[in-house]
Amino acid sequence: MSLYYVQKLLYQLNRDPAVRRRFEQDRDALLDEYELTDEERRAIEEGDIGLLYVMGVNGQILMHYSALLGQSWDEYIAAMKEGVKKHGPVRAGLYTLLKDRNV
Amino acid sequence: MSLVFAGVCSHAPGITGRAGRADPAVRDEFYAKLDEMRQRLEAAKPDALIVVAAEHFANFFMNNMPAYCMGMAEQYEGPIEDEEWLAIRRTEVPGDKDLSRRLIEAMLGEIDLAYAEEWKFDHGIMVPLHFLTPRYDLPIIPVNVNCQGPPLTPLARAYQFGRVLRKACDAQPERIALVGTGGISHWPATPDSGTINEEWDREFLRRFLANDRDALISYTDADTFRDAGQGGFEIRTFIAVAGATEGATGELLFYAPIPIFAVGCTVATMNVQ
Repeated sequence: MSLYYVQKLLYQLNRDPAVRRRFEQDRDALLDEYELTDEERRAIEEGDIGLLYVMGVNGQILMHYSALLGQSWDEYIAAMKEGVKKHGPVRAGLYTLLKDRNV
Repeated sequence: MSLVFAGVCSHAPGITGRAGRADPAVRDEFYAKLDEMRQRLEAAKPDALIVVAAEHFANFFMNNMPAYCMGMAEQYEGPIEDEEWLAIRRTEVPGDKDLSRRLIEAMLGEIDLAYAEEWKFDHGIMVPLHFLTPRYDLPIIPVNVNCQGPPLTPLARAYQFGRVLRKACDAQPERIALVGTGGISHWPATPDSGTINEEWDREFLRRFLANDRDALISYTDADTFRDAGQGGFEIRTFIAVAGATEGATGELLFYAPIPIFAVGCTVATMNVQ
Protein backbone atom coordinates (compact mmCIF):
# COMPACT_ATOMS: atom_id res chain seq x y z
CA MET A 1 0.00 0.00 0.00
CA SER A 2 2.66 2.51 0.95
CA LEU A 3 5.39 1.43 -1.47
CA TYR A 4 6.01 5.14 -1.96
CA TYR A 5 7.11 5.59 1.65
CA VAL A 6 9.24 2.43 1.75
CA GLN A 7 11.11 3.75 -1.25
CA LYS A 8 11.29 7.24 0.20
CA LEU A 9 12.87 5.95 3.40
CA LEU A 10 15.43 3.89 1.49
CA TYR A 11 16.11 6.80 -0.91
CA GLN A 12 16.86 9.08 2.02
CA LEU A 13 18.91 6.39 3.73
CA ASN A 14 20.99 6.02 0.57
CA ARG A 15 21.71 9.69 0.11
CA ASP A 16 21.88 11.23 3.58
CA PRO A 17 24.53 10.26 6.16
CA ALA A 18 22.40 11.88 8.91
CA VAL A 19 19.50 9.54 8.10
CA ARG A 20 21.90 6.60 8.16
CA ARG A 21 23.07 7.66 11.64
CA ARG A 22 19.48 7.82 12.86
CA PHE A 23 18.81 4.43 11.29
CA GLU A 24 21.64 3.03 13.40
CA GLN A 25 20.96 4.89 16.63
CA ASP A 26 17.28 5.79 16.72
CA ARG A 27 15.61 3.41 14.27
CA ASP A 28 12.12 3.25 15.79
CA ALA A 29 11.69 7.01 15.80
CA LEU A 30 12.96 7.27 12.24
CA LEU A 31 10.63 4.55 10.94
CA ASP A 32 7.71 6.17 12.78
CA GLU A 33 8.04 9.13 10.42
CA TYR A 34 7.05 7.02 7.40
CA GLU A 35 3.63 5.56 6.69
CA LEU A 36 4.65 1.91 6.59
CA THR A 37 2.49 -1.17 6.86
CA ASP A 38 3.54 -3.73 9.48
CA GLU A 39 4.86 -5.98 6.74
CA GLU A 40 6.90 -3.18 5.20
CA ARG A 41 8.32 -2.13 8.55
CA ARG A 42 9.28 -5.69 9.38
CA ALA A 43 10.91 -6.19 5.97
CA ILE A 44 13.05 -3.11 6.52
CA GLU A 45 13.93 -4.02 10.11
CA GLU A 46 14.86 -7.56 9.14
CA GLY A 47 16.72 -6.48 6.01
CA ASP A 48 14.51 -8.78 3.94
CA ILE A 49 15.73 -7.77 0.49
CA GLY A 50 13.69 -10.48 -1.22
CA LEU A 51 10.42 -9.30 0.27
CA LEU A 52 11.21 -5.63 -0.39
CA TYR A 53 11.82 -6.53 -4.05
CA VAL A 54 8.52 -8.41 -4.24
CA MET A 55 6.77 -5.42 -2.68
CA GLY A 56 8.02 -3.40 -5.65
CA VAL A 57 10.99 -1.45 -4.35
CA ASN A 58 13.02 -0.27 -7.35
CA GLY A 59 16.34 -2.10 -7.63
CA GLN A 60 18.14 1.19 -8.14
CA ILE A 61 17.14 2.03 -4.58
CA LEU A 62 17.19 -1.48 -3.14
CA MET A 63 20.70 -2.46 -4.25
CA HIS A 64 22.18 0.26 -2.05
CA TYR A 65 20.24 -0.91 1.01
CA SER A 66 21.57 -4.39 0.30
CA ALA A 67 25.12 -3.01 0.14
CA LEU A 68 24.52 -1.08 3.38
CA LEU A 69 23.58 -4.39 5.00
CA GLY A 70 26.93 -5.76 3.89
CA GLN A 71 25.64 -8.07 1.17
CA SER A 72 27.77 -8.81 -1.87
CA TRP A 73 26.39 -8.34 -5.39
CA ASP A 74 25.76 -12.07 -5.77
CA GLU A 75 23.99 -12.18 -2.40
CA TYR A 76 21.79 -9.27 -3.49
CA ILE A 77 20.74 -11.01 -6.73
CA ALA A 78 20.17 -14.29 -4.86
CA ALA A 79 18.04 -12.57 -2.20
CA MET A 80 15.68 -11.17 -4.86
CA LYS A 81 15.34 -14.55 -6.55
CA GLU A 82 14.69 -16.17 -3.18
CA GLY A 83 12.07 -13.51 -2.42
CA VAL A 84 10.15 -14.27 -5.63
CA LYS A 85 10.31 -18.01 -4.88
CA LYS A 86 8.98 -17.45 -1.37
CA HIS A 87 6.47 -14.62 -1.85
CA GLY A 88 5.48 -14.84 -5.52
CA PRO A 89 5.89 -12.28 -8.31
CA VAL A 90 6.50 -8.57 -7.78
CA ARG A 91 3.28 -6.99 -6.57
CA ALA A 92 3.58 -3.30 -7.47
CA GLY A 93 5.80 -0.60 -8.89
CA LEU A 94 7.86 -0.26 -12.04
CA TYR A 95 8.40 -3.96 -12.63
CA THR A 96 4.64 -4.53 -12.99
CA LEU A 97 4.33 -1.74 -15.54
CA LEU A 98 3.02 -3.90 -18.36
CA LYS A 99 0.55 -5.70 -16.11
CA ASP A 100 -0.74 -2.47 -14.56
CA ARG A 101 -1.11 -0.76 -17.90
CA ASN A 102 -2.59 -3.84 -19.52
CA VAL A 103 -0.42 -3.46 -22.64
CA MET B 1 31.34 29.47 -29.57
CA SER B 2 29.31 26.29 -30.03
CA LEU B 3 29.02 22.61 -29.42
CA VAL B 4 32.49 21.17 -30.13
CA PHE B 5 32.03 17.52 -29.15
CA ALA B 6 29.22 15.05 -28.63
CA GLY B 7 29.17 11.41 -27.74
CA VAL B 8 27.51 8.69 -25.70
CA CYS B 9 28.73 5.99 -23.37
CA SER B 10 27.49 3.48 -20.83
CA HIS B 11 27.52 4.24 -17.12
CA ALA B 12 26.59 1.01 -15.32
CA PRO B 13 28.11 0.78 -11.82
CA GLY B 14 29.55 -2.67 -12.57
CA ILE B 15 31.89 -1.07 -15.13
CA THR B 16 34.04 0.09 -12.23
CA GLY B 17 32.54 -1.72 -9.23
CA ARG B 18 32.73 -5.25 -10.66
CA ALA B 19 35.68 -4.65 -13.01
CA GLY B 20 37.58 -7.68 -11.79
CA ARG B 21 34.81 -10.08 -12.73
CA ALA B 22 34.60 -9.28 -16.46
CA ASP B 23 36.46 -11.04 -19.25
CA PRO B 24 39.72 -9.04 -19.16
CA ALA B 25 40.15 -8.97 -22.95
CA VAL B 26 36.70 -7.48 -23.62
CA ARG B 27 36.84 -5.20 -20.60
CA ASP B 28 40.24 -3.78 -21.52
CA GLU B 29 39.14 -3.09 -25.09
CA PHE B 30 36.08 -1.28 -23.71
CA TYR B 31 38.27 0.77 -21.37
CA ALA B 32 40.64 1.53 -24.28
CA LYS B 33 37.74 2.86 -26.36
CA LEU B 34 36.53 4.99 -23.46
CA ASP B 35 40.04 6.39 -23.35
CA GLU B 36 39.89 7.09 -27.06
CA MET B 37 36.66 8.98 -26.39
CA ARG B 38 38.54 10.94 -23.68
CA GLN B 39 41.25 11.84 -26.19
CA ARG B 40 38.68 13.00 -28.74
CA LEU B 41 36.97 15.05 -26.05
CA GLU B 42 40.23 16.68 -25.01
CA ALA B 43 41.21 17.34 -28.63
CA ALA B 44 38.04 19.40 -28.98
CA LYS B 45 39.41 21.70 -26.22
CA PRO B 46 36.10 22.17 -24.41
CA ASP B 47 35.60 24.79 -21.69
CA ALA B 48 32.82 22.74 -20.11
CA LEU B 49 31.15 19.36 -20.47
CA ILE B 50 27.39 18.85 -20.29
CA VAL B 51 26.53 15.32 -19.16
CA VAL B 52 22.98 14.25 -20.00
CA ALA B 53 22.36 11.47 -17.54
CA ALA B 54 19.58 9.28 -16.23
CA GLU B 55 20.18 9.34 -12.51
CA HIS B 56 18.83 6.67 -10.23
CA PHE B 57 17.07 8.28 -7.26
CA ALA B 58 20.18 10.03 -5.95
CA ASN B 59 18.78 13.59 -6.07
CA PHE B 60 15.34 13.26 -7.57
CA PHE B 61 12.48 11.25 -6.15
CA MET B 62 8.77 10.87 -6.78
CA ASN B 63 7.98 13.63 -4.27
CA ASN B 64 8.95 16.18 -6.91
CA MET B 65 10.26 14.61 -10.09
CA PRO B 66 11.35 16.92 -12.92
CA ALA B 67 11.22 15.55 -16.45
CA TYR B 68 14.34 17.60 -17.21
CA CYS B 69 16.71 19.29 -14.79
CA MET B 70 20.04 21.10 -15.23
CA GLY B 71 22.55 21.69 -12.48
CA MET B 72 23.39 25.31 -11.66
CA ALA B 73 26.09 25.00 -9.00
CA GLU B 74 29.68 26.15 -8.65
CA GLN B 75 30.64 22.63 -7.71
CA TYR B 76 29.25 19.15 -7.24
CA GLU B 77 30.38 16.01 -5.49
CA GLY B 78 30.23 12.31 -6.13
CA PRO B 79 29.82 9.46 -6.04
CA ILE B 80 26.85 9.38 -3.71
CA GLU B 81 27.24 5.60 -3.48
CA ASP B 82 29.64 3.76 -1.21
CA GLU B 83 33.14 4.38 -2.58
CA GLU B 84 34.18 0.75 -2.36
CA TRP B 85 30.94 -0.49 -3.90
CA LEU B 86 31.51 1.69 -6.97
CA ALA B 87 35.33 1.63 -6.76
CA ILE B 88 35.45 5.38 -7.37
CA ARG B 89 36.82 7.76 -4.75
CA ARG B 90 34.51 10.53 -3.55
CA THR B 91 35.61 13.86 -4.93
CA GLU B 92 34.54 17.40 -5.68
CA VAL B 93 33.71 18.11 -9.30
CA PRO B 94 33.85 21.67 -10.63
CA GLY B 95 30.76 23.21 -12.19
CA ASP B 96 30.20 26.48 -14.03
CA LYS B 97 27.31 28.28 -12.43
CA ASP B 98 27.39 31.24 -14.77
CA LEU B 99 27.32 29.09 -17.91
CA SER B 100 24.57 26.93 -16.39
CA ARG B 101 22.50 30.02 -15.74
CA ARG B 102 22.90 31.32 -19.27
CA LEU B 103 22.00 27.94 -20.75
CA ILE B 104 18.95 27.60 -18.53
CA GLU B 105 17.78 31.13 -19.34
CA ALA B 106 18.17 30.43 -23.05
CA MET B 107 16.33 27.11 -22.85
CA LEU B 108 13.41 28.27 -20.72
CA GLY B 109 12.05 30.11 -23.75
CA GLU B 110 11.19 26.76 -25.27
CA ILE B 111 11.41 24.08 -22.55
CA ASP B 112 10.12 23.91 -18.98
CA LEU B 113 13.48 23.02 -17.50
CA ALA B 114 14.01 22.61 -13.76
CA TYR B 115 17.31 23.62 -12.20
CA ALA B 116 19.20 22.45 -9.11
CA GLU B 117 21.89 24.22 -7.09
CA GLU B 118 22.64 21.01 -5.17
CA TRP B 119 23.49 17.77 -6.89
CA LYS B 120 25.33 14.69 -5.70
CA PHE B 121 26.46 12.69 -8.72
CA ASP B 122 25.66 8.99 -8.75
CA HIS B 123 27.27 6.32 -10.93
CA GLY B 124 25.32 7.67 -13.92
CA ILE B 125 27.70 10.62 -14.09
CA MET B 126 30.67 9.42 -12.03
CA VAL B 127 31.43 6.32 -14.12
CA PRO B 128 31.67 8.36 -17.36
CA LEU B 129 33.74 11.07 -15.62
CA HIS B 130 36.07 8.43 -14.16
CA PHE B 131 37.09 7.59 -17.74
CA LEU B 132 36.52 10.87 -19.62
CA THR B 133 37.77 13.51 -17.16
CA PRO B 134 39.79 11.40 -14.72
CA ARG B 135 41.46 14.45 -13.14
CA TYR B 136 38.05 16.10 -12.57
CA ASP B 137 39.47 19.32 -13.96
CA LEU B 138 36.83 20.15 -16.58
CA PRO B 139 33.74 22.05 -15.41
CA ILE B 140 30.72 19.74 -15.57
CA ILE B 141 27.12 20.77 -16.14
CA PRO B 142 24.82 17.89 -15.21
CA VAL B 143 21.47 17.35 -16.87
CA ASN B 144 18.99 14.74 -15.73
CA VAL B 145 16.25 13.23 -17.84
CA ASN B 146 13.85 11.23 -15.71
CA CYS B 147 14.17 7.70 -17.07
CA GLN B 148 13.40 5.89 -13.82
CA GLY B 149 10.06 6.92 -12.37
CA PRO B 150 7.17 6.90 -14.90
CA PRO B 151 5.40 8.86 -16.25
CA LEU B 152 8.41 9.67 -18.42
CA THR B 153 8.98 12.35 -21.00
CA PRO B 154 8.01 11.16 -24.51
CA LEU B 155 10.90 10.32 -26.84
CA ALA B 156 9.93 13.10 -29.25
CA ARG B 157 10.33 15.55 -26.38
CA ALA B 158 13.75 14.12 -25.53
CA TYR B 159 14.84 14.76 -29.13
CA GLN B 160 13.41 18.26 -28.98
CA PHE B 161 15.18 18.84 -25.67
CA GLY B 162 18.44 18.05 -27.46
CA ARG B 163 17.66 20.54 -30.21
CA VAL B 164 16.93 23.28 -27.69
CA LEU B 165 20.06 22.42 -25.70
CA ARG B 166 22.11 22.72 -28.88
CA LYS B 167 20.65 26.10 -29.71
CA ALA B 168 21.47 27.33 -26.22
CA CYS B 169 25.03 26.00 -26.47
CA ASP B 170 25.60 27.65 -29.83
CA ALA B 171 24.59 31.01 -28.35
CA GLN B 172 27.37 30.93 -25.71
CA PRO B 173 30.99 32.06 -26.17
CA GLU B 174 32.36 28.87 -24.54
CA ARG B 175 33.41 25.70 -26.32
CA ILE B 176 30.95 23.12 -25.02
CA ALA B 177 31.11 19.33 -25.08
CA LEU B 178 28.15 17.01 -24.62
CA VAL B 179 28.02 13.41 -23.43
CA GLY B 180 24.88 11.34 -23.03
CA THR B 181 24.98 8.29 -20.81
CA GLY B 182 22.46 5.51 -20.48
CA GLY B 183 21.33 1.95 -21.31
CA ILE B 184 20.81 0.56 -23.90
CA SER B 185 18.80 -2.63 -23.17
CA HIS B 186 19.29 -3.80 -19.61
CA TRP B 187 17.49 -4.98 -16.53
CA PRO B 188 19.72 -3.39 -13.89
CA ALA B 189 19.59 -4.24 -10.20
CA THR B 190 16.93 -6.94 -10.69
CA PRO B 191 17.10 -10.76 -10.79
CA ASP B 192 17.44 -10.38 -14.59
CA SER B 193 20.62 -8.32 -14.23
CA GLY B 194 23.05 -9.45 -16.92
CA THR B 195 20.36 -10.02 -19.54
CA ILE B 196 21.18 -7.98 -22.65
CA ASN B 197 19.20 -7.88 -25.90
CA GLU B 198 22.08 -7.45 -28.34
CA GLU B 199 19.86 -7.50 -31.42
CA TRP B 200 17.69 -4.72 -30.02
CA ASP B 201 20.77 -2.74 -29.00
CA ARG B 202 22.34 -2.98 -32.45
CA GLU B 203 19.12 -1.84 -34.15
CA PHE B 204 18.82 1.07 -31.73
CA LEU B 205 22.45 2.02 -32.35
CA ARG B 206 21.88 1.85 -36.11
CA ARG B 207 19.06 4.38 -35.76
CA PHE B 208 21.13 6.51 -33.36
CA LEU B 209 24.30 6.58 -35.47
CA ALA B 210 22.25 7.47 -38.57
CA ASN B 211 20.48 10.13 -36.49
CA ASP B 212 17.20 8.85 -37.85
CA ARG B 213 14.82 10.91 -35.73
CA ASP B 214 11.59 9.25 -36.83
CA ALA B 215 12.97 5.76 -36.19
CA LEU B 216 14.50 6.81 -32.87
CA ILE B 217 11.28 8.20 -31.47
CA SER B 218 9.07 5.38 -32.77
CA TYR B 219 9.58 3.07 -29.77
CA THR B 220 6.72 2.89 -27.31
CA ASP B 221 7.58 2.51 -23.64
CA ALA B 222 5.67 -0.77 -23.57
CA ASP B 223 7.80 -2.15 -26.40
CA THR B 224 10.98 -0.88 -24.78
CA PHE B 225 10.04 -2.37 -21.41
CA ARG B 226 9.30 -5.73 -23.02
CA ASP B 227 12.34 -5.90 -25.32
CA ALA B 228 14.95 -3.80 -23.52
CA GLY B 229 13.93 -3.79 -19.88
CA GLN B 230 13.24 -0.85 -17.61
CA GLY B 231 16.86 0.17 -18.22
CA GLY B 232 15.92 0.68 -21.86
CA PHE B 233 14.00 3.82 -20.85
CA GLU B 234 17.42 5.46 -20.62
CA ILE B 235 17.55 5.70 -24.44
CA ARG B 236 16.19 9.19 -23.76
CA THR B 237 19.74 10.35 -23.02
CA PHE B 238 21.00 9.06 -26.38
CA ILE B 239 18.00 10.56 -28.16
CA ALA B 240 18.71 13.95 -26.55
CA VAL B 241 22.26 13.78 -27.92
CA ALA B 242 20.84 12.89 -31.35
CA GLY B 243 18.60 15.94 -31.12
CA ALA B 244 21.57 18.12 -30.19
CA THR B 245 23.45 16.85 -33.25
CA GLU B 246 20.58 16.74 -35.70
CA GLY B 247 21.92 16.33 -39.23
CA ALA B 248 25.13 14.68 -38.04
CA THR B 249 25.85 10.98 -38.00
CA GLY B 250 27.88 9.03 -35.48
CA GLU B 251 30.78 6.64 -35.21
CA LEU B 252 30.59 3.55 -33.05
CA LEU B 253 33.86 3.00 -31.21
CA PHE B 254 32.71 0.02 -29.16
CA TYR B 255 29.75 -2.18 -28.46
CA ALA B 256 29.80 -5.51 -26.66
CA PRO B 257 27.51 -7.12 -24.11
CA ILE B 258 29.37 -7.56 -20.83
CA PRO B 259 26.87 -9.39 -18.60
CA ILE B 260 28.65 -8.78 -15.27
CA PHE B 261 28.47 -5.06 -16.11
CA ALA B 262 24.73 -5.66 -16.73
CA VAL B 263 24.68 -3.74 -20.02
CA GLY B 264 25.77 -3.77 -23.65
CA CYS B 265 28.78 -1.52 -23.19
CA THR B 266 28.76 1.30 -25.70
CA VAL B 267 31.09 4.09 -26.77
CA ALA B 268 30.21 6.36 -29.69
CA THR B 269 30.90 9.88 -30.87
CA MET B 270 28.87 12.12 -33.14
CA ASN B 271 30.45 14.04 -36.02
CA VAL B 272 29.71 17.50 -34.72
CA GLN B 273 30.46 20.31 -37.17
